[in-house]
Amino acid sequence: MFGKAIYNEFIKIAAKPRSYLGLAAITVLVGVILFAMKIDGLTYIGFITAGFEQSLLFEGDILNGNLMGFIVLQMLIIHVPLLIALVTGDLISGEAAMGSLRMLATRPLSRTQILLSKFVAGGLYTFLILLWLGVMALGVSNLMFGPGDLMVLNSDGLVVLLQDDVLWRFLSGFGIAYLSLLTIATLSITLSCFSDNSIGPIVATMAIIMLFTLIGTLDVPVFDNVRPFLFTTHMAAWRSFFEDPVDYAAIRNSAIILVAHIVVLLGIATYHFKRKDILS
Amino acid sequence: MSDPIVEVRQLTKAYGKFQALHEVNFEVHRGDVFGFLGPNGAGKSTTIRILLSLISADSGTLSLFGMPLATHRREILQKIGCIVEKPDFYKYLSARRNLEIFGRVSGADTSKRNIDAMLAFVGLEGRANDKLGGFSHGMRQRLGLAQALLHQPELIVLDEPTTGLDPQGIIDIRELILQLSREQGKTIILSSHLLSEIELIANRMVIINKGRSLAEGSVKELLNAEELVVTFELNDGAAAVALLQQRPEVVLREQHDNRLTLQINREEVPELNQWLQSQGLRVYAIESKRKLEDYFLKLVNN
Repeated sequence: MFGKAIYNEFIKIAAKPRSYLGLAAITVLVGVILFAMKIDGLTYIGFITAGFEQSLLFEGDILNGNLMGFIVLQMLIIHVPLLIALVTGDLISGEAAMGSLRMLATRPLSRTQILLSKFVAGGLYTFLILLWLGVMALGVSNLMFGPGDLMVLNSDGLVVLLQDDVLWRFLSGFGIAYLSLLTIATLSITLSCFSDNSIGPIVATMAIIMLFTLIGTLDVPVFDNVRPFLFTTHMAAWRSFFEDPVDYAAIRNSAIILVAHIVVLLGIATYHFKRKDILS
Repeated sequence: MSDPIVEVRQLTKAYGKFQALHEVNFEVHRGDVFGFLGPNGAGKSTTIRILLSLISADSGTLSLFGMPLATHRREILQKIGCIVEKPDFYKYLSARRNLEIFGRVSGADTSKRNIDAMLAFVGLEGRANDKLGGFSHGMRQRLGLAQALLHQPELIVLDEPTTGLDPQGIIDIRELILQLSREQGKTIILSSHLLSEIELIANRMVIINKGRSLAEGSVKELLNAEELVVTFELNDGAAAVALLQQRPEVVLREQHDNRLTLQINREEVPELNQWLQSQGLRVYAIESKRKLEDYFLKLVNN
């Protein structure tokens, strides 16, 4: 029955027009970035490499598909949470507002099964959004610009990664990026359990991301003890795969904190949803 | 009388300081069309929501099919089909998709053939692929009934199923309910604030007001609990009044010319009619004034 519930949830997501908003937004945004880079990418690269040109000699095609993929990811990974929350924040509260949650809750499914089926479907949707971002960022970039070595500017300096050494880093980076987006999805589903209107959890999710990001970037000692435990601090963990050598300890730490967030948020959601009086 | 399949004992529920239910009791037997009657805000929907585990009771016991709801929720819900208030479906999906979604998690046969047959049963043949955005309230109510029946439940719970329907829609839904009861032997719990609806459909009922169950029994028993008030229209009112002196069991309550309003036992009405005619009077009309409505109002107002 649980498998059928998941299938149902995915049918519902697939039938909602808003579910395609994320895919369309990613397509348009990536299209705009790649178009701009195709026309004027060398000027953009010139700004980045200007500081190194006196000490380094750049050879070959720096403006290649791998660099474009990296730039696109860096620009868009902060916007994707909104696209995710738009769908996952509506999964329970949207049904409560519509009244269909009442009908669903009278079927022979446990409340935990209802919640988990929505979580799994939301997680699958998040994966598809990220997959589409990956296809657009890497696939289309490589088609338009061709492959090449990846030059990444990190806080430690310029890192050049050979073409053959790049794909696994992107795939691993997508893995940890998925965890951070799944945390956002879980947060919005949890907030969705506490609301009977669909817009509240979406706005609340974005407000929490903004607040935590602010705390993370505000360089004041009072937040020093909190900062390492905020999920927003670990949303950029995917970039660690583009360092040389890769800091696996930091990545593992980020993964643990993100998974802990998912487990705790899901626990809160389950506890509340099981006891919730469905009055709508 | 068969064993009860629904037993509600001392059910209590409060929303904050508002006491919605005070120790509500009733039982429903297999094959009953059970009326759950009360004015708006009486606690009917709260009771039904507890029955379907949408909300939890503060105290009391609730068992269905001999199993406590608290510990056998899924087995119990498997055997129930319901419409709570109004059926709220996914408007962006077609009627077929909606039935598939609810049927799939109810263990129903969601094949095209079965869904088409169910849609035909509720009078929605040919509308399977239409999205619900274009459905009228009556059509959604019919689809709600199809959803409630698709998995062949033993017990059907219908909360105010005719609310908002036009007269023809009310008749159609009523006919469907009676058909389910007579032809398929389903047990049906029907909540309504409409006395006429309960009177026409139900065989047993409970009357609830301000969260308390006031009376429970067969509709026939409850109707006979009070005598009827019947108005006779005759050709000679004065002669009839004189004749009725011989019938002490009949109480004359009012007389307007040839219209006599009498208090009489329900069972004696046909015999009195015959007797008056045998005395040479002509009876043009007999109008029963005292029905469930008076009984209900008396209970509620007390």
